Amino acid sequence: MIDSELTNIIQLENVDKFFGDFQALKNVNLSVKKGERIVVCGPSGSGKSTLIRCINRLEEHNSGRIVINGHELTSDVANIDAVRSEVGMVFQNFNLFPHLTIIKNLMLAPRLVRKASKSEAHDTAMKYLNRVKIPEQADKYPSQLSGGQQQRVAIARALCMNPEVMLFDEPTSALDPEMISEVLDVMTDLARDGMTMIVVTHEMGFARSVADNIVFMDEGEIVESNPPEEFFGNPKNERTKLFLSQILSH
Amino acid sequence: MIFDFALIVDSIPKMLAGFWMTFELWFLSAVLGMALAIILLLMRISGRWYLYAPAMAYIYIFRGTPILVQIFIIYHGFPQLEFIRESIFWPILREPFGCAILALTLNTGAYVSEILRGGVLGVDRGLKEAGAALGLSSTHRFIYITSPIAIRLALPAYSNDIISLMKSTALASTITLLDMMGIARTIVAETYAPYEIFLSLTVIYLILTWIIQKSIGLIEKRMSRHVRSEA
Repeated sequence: MIDSELTNIIQLENVDKFFGDFQALKNVNLSVKKGERIVVCGPSGSGKSTLIRCINRLEEHNSGRIVINGHELTSDVANIDAVRSEVGMVFQNFNLFPHLTIIKNLMLAPRLVRKASKSEAHDTAMKYLNRVKIPEQADKYPSQLSGGQQQRVAIARALCMNPEVMLFDEPTSALDPEMISEVLDVMTDLARDGMTMIVVTHEMGFARSVADNIVFMDEGEIVESNPPEEFFGNPKNERTKLFLSQILSH
Repeated sequence: MIFDFALIVDSIPKMLAGFWMTFELWFLSAVLGMALAIILLLMRISGRWYLYAPAMAYIYIFRGTPILVQIFIIYHGFPQLEFIRESIFWPILREPFGCAILALTLNTGAYVSEILRGGVLGVDRGLKEAGAALGLSSTHRFIYITSPIAIRLALPAYSNDIISLMKSTALASTITLLDMMGIARTIVAETYAPYEIFLSLTVIYLILTWIIQKSIGLIEKRMSRHVRSEA
């Protein structure tokens, strides 16, 4: 094992990903240290979601290496499940289990994967529901909650597994405008507590205040990666400048 | 023509004597058919050709031929084969009841497995991904996420099939079984009053259908409680 794989909790080396003939990721290199917060942005279809979906192998990369917390992602199923249980993910469409109450959504994976006892899993679930400020919704079904509440539940569900890293795939894109801030507040709290995070988002205000590094992607490539001051104040690449002018103009 | 009410009053209890036979045929083949359907479904979605190809062929054959033909092949055809007469299944296949159960099970199993598959395919991919992202194994995902949602989605189509199965039990009367239909045919042969007898039988079947419909409706309602949001 190379030294960098010990210090970096996530390491991608020369990763390529194809969907048929279409190359979604082109020679992507990325390393993330423990506690680091990365925001990934870029135009739609630029490979942002594909990038983070490769990190917990919801998509399989075609070449290159991906090493998560010392585990290299290969087709070894047990290894994949192990990585996934250490990497939490929040989806654009929440993806709460509709047939389970909120508390059961949160208890399912700890019970099955961590073999937690019922009361242990319940206590953990309530702890994180408190943290996302909706403990009173515990016995409701997902369809009875607003979008913002559902997304906060989804964050709590991922946290119940006590992950090393949290991935967010456009967590506020499906939300009504008035619900975006309640979700971003939870994410900001999480960042403040030192959680390692990779966030795909168009929320530039969040990126500016929370990110250690902003990664800009276009056409499957990482075009530019810089701290927020540098990224917004002095973008190097023409494509980054164009993107920023489009997204910040209104 | 004169409608003979006395005959109806007289014959309904007689036909009801065949109710248990009808019920047994229906219930046993529904349960065994469901077990078969689950096996076929798992073969069908296994992604391995040597499992899904035979399942598809089976489903094609049993959905593609009349159930009456299947009953006749099993009842009239099988006893001519020596290896069947010598097999451990002969005590079952020798009896018309065993033949009827076998035919109904094999037939409904093919239909129900396709109904279940429709349910499984209807489950949102994002939910399975959410399960995967939490580290659930593929078996756990199937048991705790896919199945409960798929069952709910499959229920309306399943209620159709289980009603259709109840009506198919009447075909067992063609191989000498005295279910309600079998008894009705016997009474008609004695009284030459097909109109009164079959009309009364119709009413009995309609009542049974109504009971099944209502029961499945209740199950559906219970399984959909998460869909109803608070007003």
